[in-house]
Amino acid sequence: MHKRLMSRQRLWLLAGYAAAATALFCAPLFLSDFRLNLLAKFLAFAIVALGLDLIWGYTGILSLGHGVFFGLGGYAMAMYLKLEASGGRLPDFMDWSGLSALPWFWKPFSSFGFAFAAGILLPALLALVLGYFTFRNRIKGVYFTILTQALVIITVTLFIGQQAFTGGTNGITGYGKLFGQSLASPDTKQMLYWVTVIALIAAYALCRFLVKSRFGKVLRAIRDGENRVRFIGYNPAIYQMVAFSISAGLAGLAGMLFVLHVGIISPSMMGIVPSIEMVLWVAIGGRGTLIGAALGAILLNSAKSVFSESYPDAWLFFMGLLFVIVVVFLPKGAAGLLGQFKWLRRRRAKHGEGDGVHYPAV
Amino acid sequence: MDVIVLQLFNGFSVSSILLLIALGLAITFGLMKVINMAHGELIMIGAYSAYVVQNLFLSYMPSSMFNWYFIAAIPFSFIVAFLIGLLLEATLIRFLYGRPLDSLLATWGIGLMLQQLARTIFGAPNVGVTSPSWLNGGMTIMGDVVLPYKRLFIIALVCLCLVAMYVYIYRSHSGRRMRAVMQNREMAACLGISTRRVDAMTFAIGSGIAGIAGCALTLMGPIGPSIGTYYIVDAFMVVVLGGVGKLIGTVFGALGIGLSNTVFEYWTTASLGKVLVFLCIVAFLQWKPMGLVAMRSRSLD
Repeated sequence: MHKRLMSRQRLWLLAGYAAAATALFCAPLFLSDFRLNLLAKFLAFAIVALGLDLIWGYTGILSLGHGVFFGLGGYAMAMYLKLEASGGRLPDFMDWSGLSALPWFWKPFSSFGFAFAAGILLPALLALVLGYFTFRNRIKGVYFTILTQALVIITVTLFIGQQAFTGGTNGITGYGKLFGQSLASPDTKQMLYWVTVIALIAAYALCRFLVKSRFGKVLRAIRDGENRVRFIGYNPAIYQMVAFSISAGLAGLAGMLFVLHVGIISPSMMGIVPSIEMVLWVAIGGRGTLIGAALGAILLNSAKSVFSESYPDAWLFFMGLLFVIVVVFLPKGAAGLLGQFKWLRRRRAKHGEGDGVHYPAV
Repeated sequence: MDVIVLQLFNGFSVSSILLLIALGLAITFGLMKVINMAHGELIMIGAYSAYVVQNLFLSYMPSSMFNWYFIAAIPFSFIVAFLIGLLLEATLIRFLYGRPLDSLLATWGIGLMLQQLARTIFGAPNVGVTSPSWLNGGMTIMGDVVLPYKRLFIIALVCLCLVAMYVYIYRSHSGRRMRAVMQNREMAACLGISTRRVDAMTFAIGSGIAGIAGCALTLMGPIGPSIGTYYIVDAFMVVVLGGVGKLIGTVFGALGIGLSNTVFEYWTTASLGKVLVFLCIVAFLQWKPMGLVAMRSRSLD
């Protein structure tokens, strides 16, 4: 009986996934080019949210540095596109800054394969190095969070300061073509949208696989009681490093897609505020549930694009208020709210006796 | 030689500002384990309080008194930030004890709202605060090295705050209650200390010191709604580097970051200097993960 119920639930779940995927794939049929581009951007953000959920919702480590990883991915793709657009000449902003030759670290980015790999591997590597030097020493919780925030500040300062190599405050923009197709044409945009949908589904599948696997169980165990995990004989630092690194790689992937959709990357997109906004997406959608995190990113950004166009001031108030409300009243986010309703109903049916699950204080 | 003295003085000056900001954090973060991201906005409130006091003096006091507005502004900033801290603790922070990361997010939201509020009230552009004339100019030593009075005044103010904090925390009855609650909450409550009142008081004092820091910052240049965000992360790094629970750690943390920042920026560029400081902090934490001065404890977490 129980098993059949589970399988029916599974069936519904699968049907839901299929419906969502179909809706995403068919979106170009009933959305204008402008809206489609926006949606594509939000889907890229959803990939960041998935990665962030993996590290925060499942492992209990709050990173305020995902803007950096996102930005690194974005810059990798932007460097390729810029070199492609400059067609063998020096990119324009280097000319303005008085550089006469292409810096050595720009050279390999003329190949798409290298740029793509770097967009994922560079953030992952940076996260791995930072993780190695922090988790190994049991620098965790708040200390780690503050370090990631410092990482954001110094990266932004560095990117603004090294104007000749990074384009400074303006960032890198003015691309033309990708694989010979103009980035501005609606056909390319539609193609890129589909690429993003596929990337999002792949990222979701990867995260779901990780979360359901033994690896994911250890991650949750680390979240709920790191020392116990250590005493059982696991080395939490390795798991934290790997999870952090995967999460950063996903952010890098999202950054690359973002650049393709928006056509610009600049230090302001990897600063403190965007980084913490990413956390808000996950918090609102529901940390600890992948679908919640992804939906949170899409919904919150849609709300932002609607609101901030008409009331930019009210939006900041609203965002601040959201932070407070979610943290104080909805620690599990919107997905948790849904679960709570279900739980209440079941409880009413059973008459008392809670299941004793509570969110740990991280 | 002149250059070295000047750089050293600049380093001390940067350290003193960092220390003033980090002192408030050391209390709220170090003693209460609350990450108050709105600390930067409390600084902003202190700065705007000084601005308001200046304007009041301009309109209602004889102009001969204007030079003394700054003396009135310091306690006024403290009181305003203190009261807002009290309000914040009573309405929000008390629900977040024991959840440091959640407190970080919620207070960041509060900070965002306070910034927007300041933008609504005072306008988005920066406003200037005229420093009193007795702080203009500087002291000349060794022939041609000029030490500005403003920076000397800030260093003196920080020393004063430090001594006051030391006396309050280690030499007064309420300070003893504060330390008792932070070290062992249950036991302190059993002995009849009202932990609620101590929590509220501690947080409010930390906020008040942020107000003084904001008041001091008005001497350094124009102020704007987002003035606090420039300093807040650096100040948190001071607390992380210095270790929590002891004032002396914060002092050394601020000196370490302030001096190394100045030295590295002098050697390289401003942006590379920051990177080097960050790398040094991470390297230092390899050696002492709990910071310079750590409270000894047998508990694991």
